[in-house]
Amino acid sequence: MNVPSELKYTESHEWIRTEPDGNLTVGITDHAQQALGDLVFIELPAMGRTLQAGEACAVVESVKAASDIYAPVAGVVVAANDEIAAAPEKVNADPYGSWLFKLKPSDPAAPEKLLDAPAYAKVAGDD
Amino acid sequence: MLNTTPLNALHRAAGAKMVDFGGWEMPVNYGSQIEEHHAVRRDAGMFDVSHMLAIDLRGDGARRFLSYALANNVDKLAAPGKALYSCLLRPDGGVLDDLIAYFIREDAFRLVVNAGTADKDVEWVESLSRERAPRLVLVPRRDLAMIAVQGPRARERVWSALPQTREATEALKPFVAVQIGDYFLARTGYTGEDGFEVTLPATRAAELWDALAGAGVRRCGLGARDTLRLEAGMNLYGQDMDESVDPLESGLAWTVDLSGARDFVGKAALLSKPRLRTLVGLILVDKGGVLRGHQRVQTARGDGVVTSGTFSPTLGASIALARVPAGVAPGENVHVAIRGKLLAARVVKPPFVRNGKILVEP
Repeated sequence: MNVPSELKYTESHEWIRTEPDGNLTVGITDHAQQALGDLVFIELPAMGRTLQAGEACAVVESVKAASDIYAPVAGVVVAANDEIAAAPEKVNADPYGSWLFKLKPSDPAAPEKLLDAPAYAKVAGDD
Repeated sequence: MLNTTPLNALHRAAGAKMVDFGGWEMPVNYGSQIEEHHAVRRDAGMFDVSHMLAIDLRGDGARRFLSYALANNVDKLAAPGKALYSCLLRPDGGVLDDLIAYFIREDAFRLVVNAGTADKDVEWVESLSRERAPRLVLVPRRDLAMIAVQGPRARERVWSALPQTREATEALKPFVAVQIGDYFLARTGYTGEDGFEVTLPATRAAELWDALAGAGVRRCGLGARDTLRLEAGMNLYGQDMDESVDPLESGLAWTVDLSGARDFVGKAALLSKPRLRTLVGLILVDKGGVLRGHQRVQTARGDGVVTSGTFSPTLGASIALARVPAGVAPGENVHVAIRGKLLAARVVKPPFVRNGKILVEP
């Protein structure tokens, strides 16, 4: 299982990267894409949407099932990756290179409370 | 504790993702389900279907008994080896299971039934035979394994793995089987492609599986089996029909022989009931999700429900089977409720795909 050490994670299998401008890039983990199987549909949140921490804000569907994606922290959506919505299979091929949306966090310190790589590896291992 | 097939260790060694399928631990995929699907449409793939059960019926009167027990008419089976798809019905017309019946000899028939319903089927057929044909012997064959090899190149790859079967099966017609030594080869399947379903002693299953892999047949899991059968417009028991519906409202009228004086379990009920619902195919027109079982379908004649839905790798679109009010016809537009939105879908007549070709307008 691939869990890059420089990223943060949630128990619901999103990965989060803090960009130099303070925005957060969000995707789904390698463990998540493996569990879901071949992705065939992605629905992304609208730009400008305000999200609460833990709010369901996107959907990924594989051949097998649909799964909600949750906002890792509270914030406003500042970008949605339409390219990935048009080619969901890229998430299977490269989960950490395939971001879903970017979030401007309402509390810049909030990402620090997310899981680090060893903690997430344990969560995913117990799954 | 899950049941396992004789190929369980080989699936694990090949990196299969294993799931609980009706009490059986089965491979859902060995990596990409979509690639497995394409392999069957374009070349050849194989499925472990050893969880299904062969039930042999032996003794005089086997044909007469099955003529009463099955909704389709075994009198259509004239030549030895010929197979027939049929429903097993309750007296009220509800579908107990769907199965394939093979005519081997006048005193030997074989039924191949679904895994999840196998115990119930054996119990039902036994009780019926005690009443109607007490000298008939039922033998559930848990000593056998089954491997389905499917795809345009499936037969030649089977011949390459089992050269001794070639001569006797080259001229074998669809829906006919032949026993060659340990191997019972039937030109049948559940994918809409050509191929064989091979029934053999469980002790020899691993050897054949390896030989087929060596002959270039791709390992495929139940995930691809489901997308392939749905594209082929084939029902899945437990989803598209069950005991609560009859075959006439499940797209299976072609498998029910109501002609003539032959009586069979469920016939009177089928003849007396009005047909209020019908099973149709759907293609999702709008973007916004994937068709799945239990989604509500809104039609001009009232609501229906998706019974099986998926993303079709061959069409690159979402497809489904849906039970809707009778009278809803191909070409009509309907709406399906997906996550609170009503998305447009078009009614089509299944199958969606056969022998690698798309048969519906995208």
